[in-house]
Amino acid sequence: MEATAEPKTKDHATLADTFNKDEARVDWHDKTLWFVRQKRDKAAWQLPDWEHLRETASQIKHNVLSNLHHYLTVFEKQAQQNGVTVHWAADAEEHNRIVHSIIQKTGITRVVKSKSMLTEECHLNDYLVAQGIDVIDTDLGERIVQLAGEPPSHIVLPCIHWKKEEIGQLFHKHLGTPEGNSDPQFLAAAARVHLRERFMTSPVAITGVNFAVAETGEIVVCTNEGNADLGVQLADVHIACMGIEKIIPQRKHLGVFLRLLARSATGQPITTYSSHFRKPRPGQHMHIVLVDNGRSERLGSEDFRSALKCIRCGACMNTCPVYRRSGGHSYHYAIAGPIGSILAPGLDMKKNADLPFASTLCGSCSNVCPVKIDIHDQLYKWRQVLAKNGYVSETKKTGMKGMAWVLSRPGLYRFSCAIGRWFSRHLPFTINNSLNPWYKQREMPQAPKESFGEWYRKNKKKS
Amino acid sequence: MSSREQILANIKKNQPPLTPLPEITNTTTSSLPDDKVIKFTTVLQGIGGQVVPVDSWGAIATYVSKQFPPPARTINLVQELASNLPLAVLEKDPHQLESVTLALLKGHFAVAENGAVWITETRLGDRALPFICEHLALIVQADSIVPTMHDAYERIAAESAYEFGTFIAGPSKTADIEQSLVLGAHGAKTLTLFLLSGS
Repeated sequence: MEATAEPKTKDHATLADTFNKDEARVDWHDKTLWFVRQKRDKAAWQLPDWEHLRETASQIKHNVLSNLHHYLTVFEKQAQQNGVTVHWAADAEEHNRIVHSIIQKTGITRVVKSKSMLTEECHLNDYLVAQGIDVIDTDLGERIVQLAGEPPSHIVLPCIHWKKEEIGQLFHKHLGTPEGNSDPQFLAAAARVHLRERFMTSPVAITGVNFAVAETGEIVVCTNEGNADLGVQLADVHIACMGIEKIIPQRKHLGVFLRLLARSATGQPITTYSSHFRKPRPGQHMHIVLVDNGRSERLGSEDFRSALKCIRCGACMNTCPVYRRSGGHSYHYAIAGPIGSILAPGLDMKKNADLPFASTLCGSCSNVCPVKIDIHDQLYKWRQVLAKNGYVSETKKTGMKGMAWVLSRPGLYRFSCAIGRWFSRHLPFTINNSLNPWYKQREMPQAPKESFGEWYRKNKKKS
Repeated sequence: MSSREQILANIKKNQPPLTPLPEITNTTTSSLPDDKVIKFTTVLQGIGGQVVPVDSWGAIATYVSKQFPPPARTINLVQELASNLPLAVLEKDPHQLESVTLALLKGHFAVAENGAVWITETRLGDRALPFICEHLALIVQADSIVPTMHDAYERIAAESAYEFGTFIAGPSKTADIEQSLVLGAHGAKTLTLFLLSGS
């Protein structure tokens, strides 16, 4: 019959339960991310034209989506004229094969990689490791989760769920730092030494792409650590991997996006390095891999295409009351949080049917999004699509149908409410028990003697 | 059909009707030169950079000799400083630059709103230099500070084409461990910005 009949991997609610077992950690996680959200607010409010900037960015991105065919072909031509080899990959598998074949031609087995959500989406690391290639993630947060054998839990702050004591322990095991030392300054210095050796010995560097300019064929990569630049500038081969939606029309549009990106992400005025790679240095080979992986299909969907406007700042995660309290891994997809929850079902509806429900639909994500994606509306719309396609559990479906039946009959509704109030007041255990999903992790409030409707009718007469 | 053709055909079929590109209007531009210097200085200090106002090339050389005495390996690529600090000749292999203590470079211009300095390959000697050196010093003319990134790209459009260009704003940093800010991640551990007025 439907998806739920088949045993599936753990869903968001189950994974969130696991995360919620340690209440102190949840509080800490929540506060840390809210602190980042507040830094974003402070940075945004310093610009009087912030809202105007968001609107401009949104319109540029809409233009890109409406003219993507043109921009991609122009970009390809410009990049080729700059001496860059351009590749096209229809899906994740083809992307991984292309990257591997480029590495294979160099005859080396060791590469450094800076942060790229696209390569996470494609599971490039697993693929390369299976082919005998040693891939080292060079962003500190990504290196930490890589050493721990985990995926990142946040697109900008990959190890936001790790405590410094645990990182100290991890480094003690893998990098030989003294046991018990968990000073961030010390640990970051140890990672610098460890990764510097990798930078010095890797002839191939893989990077992501923040923006690709059609007009000039250049790509822009933003980091704070300098890891993308150090990797690329010391390597003979630079492989840049990007989703086809990363295109922007002209260089001057970078002014809009670079003003928004870091402020939205971490509250910084700009990242430390915003590097514009137009031509490879003499003797160096540069490759750009353009990846579709479902994007051109999504482009045809009126309701869901605007998710392709995303610039991967992570602001929607930092503000999300569900993400902050359930942790990035509860989303079981490369991109967590609200944006991940509207991207993931497009790739695999069955596997990610739970994600659009991991939201209160409060709309905070849409309010902070620098390119004005209607994230919470799309979460709601995905729920309709999932229900129509049979990806919603029987319990939820029956509950919703019953609810709709009652709500469309005012007399029955008033009667049911009165019964509910009576039970809640006289036999509270019939409501406050584990059979009621609303009772989970919260006390049910005591129902008032009368409904608002009753109170209103009574008081209206008096006046 | 190749993947390229297949992707492009799919896009052509699925892309929505054309919407116009917006005009970029900039409302935060300040015309007061003093404001730009103050803003730039405050922002750059706020993100971990050290701002040293100087009124002559000689003052820069004096500062560098005092702060980075031998055996520090200083690479000077700034012609105007050549009479005080010898111009460096770089090795062919960028890996050799790992031993550089201080790289001294001249930026094209700076941006007030975010403390960033724009520099391209013509002034880098080797593209790896500003990232691999232990400490980085950039020289910027005070009157070259532009208010915002919009102004920055207008200026870049007016200058000659680059092959590689980068905005550098402060020293390299990370906050990946419990959001504790650590200066000196993989790139330069410190950034000294010589803000040159006059001359």
